[in-house]
Amino acid sequence: MRIWIEKQKHLIDFTLASLARRKAKNLGLLAIYTLLVFVLASVALYTHALRVEAQKVLAGSPEIVLQRLIAGRHDLIPPGYLEKIGRIRGVQKMEGRLWGYYYDSVVKANYTFMAPRDMKIERGEIVVGPALERSRGLAAGNGISFRAYTGELHTFIVADVLPETSELVSADLVLMNEEDFRAFFKIPEGYYNDIAMNVANPQEVRNVAIKLLTTLPDSRPILRDEVLRTYASIFDWREGLMLALLSAAILAFGIFAWEKAAGLSAEEKREIGILKAIGWETNDVIKMKFWEGLLISLTAFLVGYVAAYLHVFYFGASLFEPVLKGWAVLYPRFSLPPHIDGLQIATLFFFTVVPYTAAVLVPIWRAATTDPDTVMRS
Amino acid sequence: MAGLFMIELKGIRKAFNQGKHNEYWALDGIDLTIPAQQVTALKGPSGSGKTTLLTILGCLARPTEGRVRLKGEDISGLPERFLTEIRRKTFGFIFQQFNLVRGLSAIENIILPAYPEGQPRKDLLEKAEALLAGVNLGHRRDAKVEWLSGGEQQRVAICRALINDPAILIADEPTANLDTKLSKEFLGILEKLAGQGRTIILTSHDPLVVESSVVDRVVTLRDGRIVDQT
Repeated sequence: MRIWIEKQKHLIDFTLASLARRKAKNLGLLAIYTLLVFVLASVALYTHALRVEAQKVLAGSPEIVLQRLIAGRHDLIPPGYLEKIGRIRGVQKMEGRLWGYYYDSVVKANYTFMAPRDMKIERGEIVVGPALERSRGLAAGNGISFRAYTGELHTFIVADVLPETSELVSADLVLMNEEDFRAFFKIPEGYYNDIAMNVANPQEVRNVAIKLLTTLPDSRPILRDEVLRTYASIFDWREGLMLALLSAAILAFGIFAWEKAAGLSAEEKREIGILKAIGWETNDVIKMKFWEGLLISLTAFLVGYVAAYLHVFYFGASLFEPVLKGWAVLYPRFSLPPHIDGLQIATLFFFTVVPYTAAVLVPIWRAATTDPDTVMRS
Repeated sequence: MAGLFMIELKGIRKAFNQGKHNEYWALDGIDLTIPAQQVTALKGPSGSGKTTLLTILGCLARPTEGRVRLKGEDISGLPERFLTEIRRKTFGFIFQQFNLVRGLSAIENIILPAYPEGQPRKDLLEKAEALLAGVNLGHRRDAKVEWLSGGEQQRVAICRALINDPAILIADEPTANLDTKLSKEFLGILEKLAGQGRTIILTSHDPLVVESSVVDRVVTLRDGRIVDQT
């Protein structure tokens, strides 16, 4: 065992010396390889973390949201719907929600106005999201006026700013008292934008949705699972889009790496001949080259992955943010909690390290099995 | 070991491109014995088969026909793996072009043949330093081999051939790239190695080598056959 370990140490020593001797070639290869892993890992880490985060956020959302449709468009829920829903068995909790969008021409951005039921806000006061704090320079105690769609000007005092930890969902929020909200958007008493409800038995969600459709034929129940699926497909789509854009680069790298790995220089062939002639077995030569391929690909993988991790979780994925986060004027400023998926690492490892190492071995095997006497004739 | 045959060749034939239109028999019926602890020189004109014979003696190649015995044991049919082990443990090679690995230092080149043996690096370095000192090259220990002169490169190649302490040394045209002064220095080293009881087989055109007193026996080849043994 000790001899085996010593032998491997010698092989690694020689491999490192070999790598150092062809510094320019190997550093170039390593840099491009690392960059590729970095880009792929950044996309994978970012979309995965977003997906996990979205699932966490949506986990606390209602199981069913009911909207009313008129001519296929979303309309206000009129009075009486809550009572009708209350009579459907299985519905545990329900509430009418008030929310709407407001375009602020000053910063050319849309805000989301809401009248929360679980937060007490005095009339004339608002609580704003962190993006508003940044874009309009708002702080607690400041006043701000919004012009309603009727043309009236409404002035509010900022009572508080929402914490940055909830920024993914609250960046553009403006929370206000229910009466203020109804006055601003001219929504009469008893009307809501939609109804959120929870179902006692999660297995019964679909049945409750069917009952809702039967009882209120002009409504559209939206299930939480469907929202989750939509989010997942959006992230998948973005990831796919990014990877499609990168595919040319990946292909170019593939060709470059294959050419570098598969093509042995005359100098390398000569060296293999010398090593065989002085007593190295074919196996030793292959192992040495295997170490060489593994060291390059593993280093590139580790450096690329760590750089991607730092890029995504500590520098906000600044390079791909616009593509991966989607379009918005008020980007939420949030840092994703670090999240690593074992399967994702394994997949990335398999598609970057394994092909390169294999590509290195094929020509080496061919060169290493040539007769050692060729060196005598060189 | 003195007085015994180190290597015995019986009916050796070696073909290149066998079965093809350009088939060529480099050796054609060689019967030869190499005595232990002696210096044997193979001489002959270009194309006479000296180097091919040397590769068969040194287990670098297998004969197409015939038997090779090393210390009485038939090694002709051994698989490549075993031949490699025999080559590493029994033979040391000094090539005409030295065949050192460029970019590595002298000492790193010397310890290369010992890597497959798995000896600790520290021991190998000590041994290599002693060998370098033996050929007055201790001061060039860490010099890259491409910076060394021809004579220095050959001395590094000699040290590399000796790192596994082989019983047999094989040298192909050892003075072909050396001037007279360096050739004489080489013969001096050869004498020292022969004095240590090693069996030495070399090929040479060079009268300085072939006619040297260090050489015990000269085998002359022509057209793949032995024409004279003195």
